[in-house]
Amino acid sequence: MSKSLMEWVDERIPVSDLIKSQATEYPTPKNLNYWWNFGSLALTVLIIMILTGLFLAMHYKPDAALAFDSVEHIMRDVNYGWLLRYLHANGATFFFIVIYIHILRGMYYGSYRAPREILWWLGIVIFFLMMGTAFMGYVLPWGQMSYWGAAVITNLMSAIPLVGPDLVTWIWGGFAVGDPTLNRFFVLHFLLPFVLFGAVFVHLWALHAVHSNNPVGIDVPHKDTIPFHPYYTIKDVYGVGVLLIVYLSFVFYAPNFFLEPDNYIPANPMQTPAHIVPEWYFLPFYAILRSIDFLGSFSKLAGVLAMGGSIAIWFLLPFLDRSPVRSFRYRPLSRRLFWIFFIDTLILGWVGYNPADATVLDGALPMITIGRTATFIYFGYFVLLWAITAFGIEKPNEVPKSI
Amino acid sequence: MAMEQVENRRDFLMLATGAVGAVGVAGAAWPFIQSWNPSADVLAQATTEVDVSSIAEGQMITVPWQGKPVFVLHRSAEQIKQAQESDGADLPDPAKDNDRVQKPEWLVLLAICTHLGCVPQGVGTGEFGGFLCPCHGSHYDTSGRIRKGPAPNNLEVPHYEFKGDSTLVIGKAAA
Ligand code: HEM
Ligand code: FES
Repeated sequence: MSKSLMEWVDERIPVSDLIKSQATEYPTPKNLNYWWNFGSLALTVLIIMILTGLFLAMHYKPDAALAFDSVEHIMRDVNYGWLLRYLHANGATFFFIVIYIHILRGMYYGSYRAPREILWWLGIVIFFLMMGTAFMGYVLPWGQMSYWGAAVITNLMSAIPLVGPDLVTWIWGGFAVGDPTLNRFFVLHFLLPFVLFGAVFVHLWALHAVHSNNPVGIDVPHKDTIPFHPYYTIKDVYGVGVLLIVYLSFVFYAPNFFLEPDNYIPANPMQTPAHIVPEWYFLPFYAILRSIDFLGSFSKLAGVLAMGGSIAIWFLLPFLDRSPVRSFRYRPLSRRLFWIFFIDTLILGWVGYNPADATVLDGALPMITIGRTATFIYFGYFVLLWAITAFGIEKPNEVPKSI
Repeated sequence: MAMEQVENRRDFLMLATGAVGAVGVAGAAWPFIQSWNPSADVLAQATTEVDVSSIAEGQMITVPWQGKPVFVLHRSAEQIKQAQESDGADLPDPAKDNDRVQKPEWLVLLAICTHLGCVPQGVGTGEFGGFLCPCHGSHYDTSGRIRKGPAPNNLEVPHYEFKGDSTLVIGKAAA
């Protein structure tokens, strides 16, 4: 009965074929390691974010006079409201952890190289959408950090020559961050995740056209692939289990670990908190922004450009990397550069977390100097990766003929 | 008609249709884009009236104007002197104290740091006797001029008028 029903459907819309070719029997390299779990983890977190977000939106009020109280109402009065909110707020953090690992995996194994350029670029577009969504979501609870984070970041636009100030007024819908800003940010925060979901779909479409890269980084003949189901379905589910253990440990035992205490103070447009910090996942980029302060009146614009450029430069990776070998496993110099880049990004994050005028080593070393150096190294990675591969400075090790 | 002529004609029609279409789309987008700009009720809150009679010498208050904080400082003789004496100092954004006030004893400032928009702290918190912006450490003097730190410009002086001796009107009524 059910078989004939499925046949009836398949004659009209070939669902079974699609499931077979794109999911169950989809050929996947047999040597993928655990770093290949993070794509499915990202999708899992996205689904959790959309689900918890939808249910939060049913109780949340996007009104400057009501927003803060409505979040407290969710926390105290709504049944399991605290759970929805903590899942959502910590979900943003884990979304970024997962995505950062996913991106670094791509950088290390050369997944951005031909024929996966479009796949890589779509990933960067998704990352931009994610940052926009998270930024606007953080404004919604309308606490002090929400308000002043929004003020500082939107003010960056004023650095744009000629149109900057008008652009900022346009974004605010007033002469300061206020009710109109909150209302439109809510609508966009609601909408963008669905746009993001669409972008993920195209990302997967591109993936299925060119297939997965793998740790060895060579093209895989069909005989070295295994069907996605059950081999990778089970591995992905296992990964989801591990993620949930870590993520839910924070949700249940340290739900405010990643949140700022100042954001439990209602927004006050008349008073700025002593120390404004963005959410941790923006810190490296924030540090780059602040590090450009030596160009006089041009500093603000240059800082904004450097910040945007620090991510936009990822678009160029497929062209910068000229090595005959994809995977850094067989590229000793690239591998070293990669780890320097990785540690450098952590340092940038730490600089971004500290006040701009802080010093280390009893005042001997200003934070700003560390920030500038780290910014220089950050961009240096891309230049050096190009230099060592374009001029044959790096001699790759021997790459296996098969996986 | 020669084939080439037909093609030229078709190219032209395509181009013309495309251009008209693009203008149409831009025109249709205009109302949507404009809807984000400040609405009539926001513009209507253009002015704020403040009773300044109760502000003692050396004291300041913060009042909201268009959703933004404004400092109203009743400057003491000492603060005025400090500001005027700095006229000749090496100022990043040169301005005379006299040009920044209508009456020397009243300093009216938009309390929005010209760096990235934080609200500086009250008078006396910064070096030069003025205002310190806590966000990235900009120091403004008792005339609201930038003296030290990342901010590029002096604190803005909003449009204001005195109505009688005790009423200050900040802002310009919308036309
Ligand atoms: C890409 C996925 C998403 C990300 C990264 C994200 C991020 C965030 C963040 C960081 C907050 C602030 C949390 C806090 O400090 O309280 C937030 C709040 C909120 N989000 Fe999302 N969000 C996502 C998807 C959604 C969706 C799809 C909806 C609705 C359909 C939604 C609705 C809300 C609501 C109503 C709030 C305010 C309540 C609160 O602050 O907890 N979110 N979001
Ligand atoms: S916003 Fe005032 S110093 Fe940066």
